[in-house]
Amino acid sequence: MSEGVDEGLRSELQKQGIWVTSTQELYNWSRRNSIWPLQFGLACCAIEMIATAASKYDLARFGGEVFRPSPRQADLMIVAGTVTKKMAPQIVRLYNQMPDPKYVISMGACAISGGPFKQGYNVLKGVDRFIPVDVYIPGCPPRPEALLHAFMELQRKIDGQKLTGAGKSDHLDASKPSEFPVPAFGAHDLEPPSNPDLFHPPEFQRS
Amino acid sequence: MEAPSPYFFLVILCGVALIFPLGPLALAWMWRRFVQPPRPGPAKNATYECGIESLGEARVQFQSQYYLYCIIFLIFDVEAIFLIPFAVAFTGLPVGAFIAMLVFVLLLMEGLVWAWSKGCLDWARTR
Repeated sequence: MSEGVDEGLRSELQKQGIWVTSTQELYNWSRRNSIWPLQFGLACCAIEMIATAASKYDLARFGGEVFRPSPRQADLMIVAGTVTKKMAPQIVRLYNQMPDPKYVISMGACAISGGPFKQGYNVLKGVDRFIPVDVYIPGCPPRPEALLHAFMELQRKIDGQKLTGAGKSDHLDASKPSEFPVPAFGAHDLEPPSNPDLFHPPEFQRS
Repeated sequence: MEAPSPYFFLVILCGVALIFPLGPLALAWMWRRFVQPPRPGPAKNATYECGIESLGEARVQFQSQYYLYCIIFLIFDVEAIFLIPFAVAFTGLPVGAFIAMLVFVLLLMEGLVWAWSKGCLDWARTR
């Protein structure tokens, strides 16, 4: 929470009816309670995403019901489904066109790694090869509750982002990249097949 | 104490009217200057926003010839409105009404033949 105010003093003041906050806290509080997702679905996970937004699961409880059809107005990209290599450049371009601060939820096995289509010639093996992902949801497809959980995790992450100082959030730093290179269609694969600045797969250790 | 001039409230209202838009703008400017510097890029500044790169120019010419198509369509559209009651009441029509309707249809047919011979139905006009 806020660093300026002592937590004990804060609680004491609150008991007396005085509410103390900081700009950072106010900023993060308002941001995490009005996350507007970009309205696009790629495969079966999109159906679960739609169910999450509909009345039974009601994403509106978390302030995320306003699905925007334009990336200019969106804060969150829910990559819901199989990302084909044909679709990958469009997704990266849409991500680039979103205003800062922007977040990505990689929903389902396909968006994480290619899922059941990992061996396919035409499926991107994880959207995190080209855009930075904040929250991953496993599942094929994940249930709406899982998406809600991911949404809450994202809210927790936003809550912890710093406004100033050395560890401040990336979107506040003009020197950090805001756009990521859009892959091009090559002869056999996307070129480059992954963004080397972004994608660092874990090294497989054989003992 | 003297009552303030009735115009004094106008001054207050003018002040509020200025602060109301300028305050948020100033705050936004300060936020941009001190907290979140802009990070523009070619994709972010692009006009088109559906994920596909735009091809060609935004200015596309439509030939004014399409106008003729519309006019001819409109005439035959109206004709259809007349033809439906004609067809419904066809068996009970007197001879005079039938001939009047025939003349109407023939006039329209003549108009179509005329427009056709003028080349109005050719998309890229050759004549």
